[in-house]
Amino acid sequence: MRLFAKPSELRAQGVLGMNKRNADYIMRYNPRRLYPLVDNKLKTKQIALDSGIAVPELYGVVETEHQVQQIESILADHRALVVKPAHGSGGNGILIINGRMGNFYRKTNGSLLPLSAIQHHTSNILSGMYSLGGVPDKAIIEYRVDFDPMFEHISYQGVPDIRIIVFRGIPTAAMIRLPTRDSDGKANLHQGAVGLGINMTTGTTTHAVHHNNIVTAHPDTGHPTTGIVIAHWDNILRLATHCADRVGLGYLGVDIVIDRTLGPLMLELNARPGLNIQLASGHGLLKNLLKIESQQDLPTDIDARLAFAKVLQQSVDSNQVVN
Amino acid sequence: MNNFTVKGWALALILLGLLITAYKVYELGLPLTPKQSTDVWTVQAQVAFEGTGGPAKLSLYVPDNTPGFMLLDEDFISSRFGLTIAKTQENRRADWAIRRARGDQTLYYRIAVARSNLSHDWDSIPDYPEAPVYPEPYASAIQAIIEDVREESADVMSYTQELLKQLNASTPDENIELIRDKATSVDQWTLEIINILKGVRIPARRIWGLDISDSANNLHLRPLLQVHNGDKWLSFDPESGSEGIPANFLVWKVGDRNVTKLEGGNDVSVRFSVTRTYAELIDVARQGAASRDSIFSNFSLLALPVQNQNVYQLLLMLPLGALLVVFLRTLVGLKTFGTFMPILIAMAFRETQLFWGVIMFSMIVSIGLMIRFYLEKLMLLLIPRLASVLIIVVILMLLISLITNQLGIERLLSISLFPMVILAMTIERMSIIWEENGAYEAILQGAGSLLVACIGYVVMTNENLMYLMFVFPELLLVVLGLCLWMGRYTGYRLAELVRFRDMLNRGP
Repeated sequence: MRLFAKPSELRAQGVLGMNKRNADYIMRYNPRRLYPLVDNKLKTKQIALDSGIAVPELYGVVETEHQVQQIESILADHRALVVKPAHGSGGNGILIINGRMGNFYRKTNGSLLPLSAIQHHTSNILSGMYSLGGVPDKAIIEYRVDFDPMFEHISYQGVPDIRIIVFRGIPTAAMIRLPTRDSDGKANLHQGAVGLGINMTTGTTTHAVHHNNIVTAHPDTGHPTTGIVIAHWDNILRLATHCADRVGLGYLGVDIVIDRTLGPLMLELNARPGLNIQLASGHGLLKNLLKIESQQDLPTDIDARLAFAKVLQQSVDSNQVVN
Repeated sequence: MNNFTVKGWALALILLGLLITAYKVYELGLPLTPKQSTDVWTVQAQVAFEGTGGPAKLSLYVPDNTPGFMLLDEDFISSRFGLTIAKTQENRRADWAIRRARGDQTLYYRIAVARSNLSHDWDSIPDYPEAPVYPEPYASAIQAIIEDVREESADVMSYTQELLKQLNASTPDENIELIRDKATSVDQWTLEIINILKGVRIPARRIWGLDISDSANNLHLRPLLQVHNGDKWLSFDPESGSEGIPANFLVWKVGDRNVTKLEGGNDVSVRFSVTRTYAELIDVARQGAASRDSIFSNFSLLALPVQNQNVYQLLLMLPLGALLVVFLRTLVGLKTFGTFMPILIAMAFRETQLFWGVIMFSMIVSIGLMIRFYLEKLMLLLIPRLASVLIIVVILMLLISLITNQLGIERLLSISLFPMVILAMTIERMSIIWEENGAYEAILQGAGSLLVACIGYVVMTNENLMYLMFVFPELLLVVLGLCLWMGRYTGYRLAELVRFRDMLNRGP
């Protein structure tokens, strides 16, 4: 295999590069004043609640070192929960507690933590260890998603989530991120999670990448990853579109999880969504982005937009066949 | 429109920077590389006289306006004499004075000059001279010459040229023979020409100078003829008639006054000698900076005191380092800790040299990391933990210095510039990335930072670049322009060509 792709080849594939993403999409379509809405997960949650977007239930917010001591009472009320920084990025600083065993709390990987470790983690969050620029932060304690059994065989610990890129209100690309042993239960591709492309029209999974390699099965469970039909697909797209409308960012990454009982929940929003989705879906983002940009009037009705998104996907598919 | 504006600015800045640089290279004669050498002439005027025992005052004209040359340095060597410099309209005069002078007295004036393209004009405007009354038989001869020349000239310039051509003709007519017989030396010959020019009311004068092509002793001042055309002074060689000041002619004084004037002594004599040496162009430029009249040289960093120059030399390399970071991150796609951290590390390497710097950096960061991992177990709060890491970094540096001192490696003693706070932050960030994203990512970014620091060191210690930035600080505009240009680069990064290579051979 060659070490380098030629720039012209990547361009032909419509691959979006980091510089172009920053200069032509994020800077142009995402007004900086709207960033706090997505960078601060508390604000995101508030907006979602106000506009009827389904999100994991908020159990509590820890704002001061003093409140760290009170964490125990929140832990007592809920068997499973997630502690995460309000200003975290890249999935850093997220602690998932699955259950309790005597005086210890069980992490997703089965290891046991004493209360003091959870408190230390929380105060690390407060002091800004995981926030951009190290500014003091708040810790969010929320419902731990009980993920839908359809992902049971293709994830290793952690919660698989669905990332959808919404550009100018049109869902443009989608993937599922599956935690692996490598990724320590985290759903981040560069930490070793598996990225699994989704066909926008049908909501079925296509091929998967793990550490930049194409795989057809989950590396830990060995279960095939292709052709899985994702339930509630249209609802998921609708949820993502709704989120983009509410926060007003033109180029948005929406992270959605599917709960066993609650259905699709919006986990968080990202104003600078990564480029790995291209590797997972096998399609460059740029072709669709350019097509959407060239439209003078985009449909306003959500269902019309979903239809438009599916037309885009079909044109990409047919292109691939021609190639 | 956005792209167009940015590129317009970038282009304008780059062009402006290059234009000023070109001006300084071609007009001011500043060299582009530090190792060029140039001729430097040291001209010495040795003035001797015999004192009578009473007070003595000696004046010596010294060069003031020297077209074609720039003054690098001058010395007045006159042990017991008081010295004042007097500036007249066209000349500069050194006035030496002493209360009692007995016996032989010798004074020296020394000037170092180098070639320069800068031309200054004399800005005095003379009155029109009265037409003299020539005695016969010269009157009719001069009248004939004047008429002759007038026929074949249009203005002051061509009149003078034609006059000199006729007067110096190899086969002169009897009128000219008559004048020629009168003049016994060049000095007088020039005076005769001036006298004739007065007849047509052209202001003219003599300027005096030395021919300084090679080292020589016993040089004599020789005159050039200058005429004023109502606008500026034009110079001519009175014998050959060629226009302009000759290339090796160092103008010493203007006008007919004696080069020395003595009160209270006898037997004054002046001896001129010249030595030709080579000097590095930059030193010449440095010395000449103060004596130049261009706005760019007045604001030159070369005019600063030397100790400040060194600070600026360092400072001016920082933008180059920043440009390098921009290049390596947006065009190549290297990952580093912090944006400019590698550049600060690179500056620290200047003190320790590259090899020891890299060893030092790796040692401190790896030991620091190990201790940091232990601190994690102690569950410290963020700020106290950062402070602890900083203190540990300082202790590590002390230890390394002490140990290497014992081993006799002196390089590592000079680590005062090593940015300890930056190192502490690096350790903290690296440990977080290590924990969150794994050892691979942490080491990748650590190596990336070190690589950028090394390249930064090579660029920022490059002697030619240091010289260029220092002598031509306007190149900062070029650097800024390039930064703006890259600020709108939306193409792929080199690293992305690798990252996305799998996109090519994949079906749907």
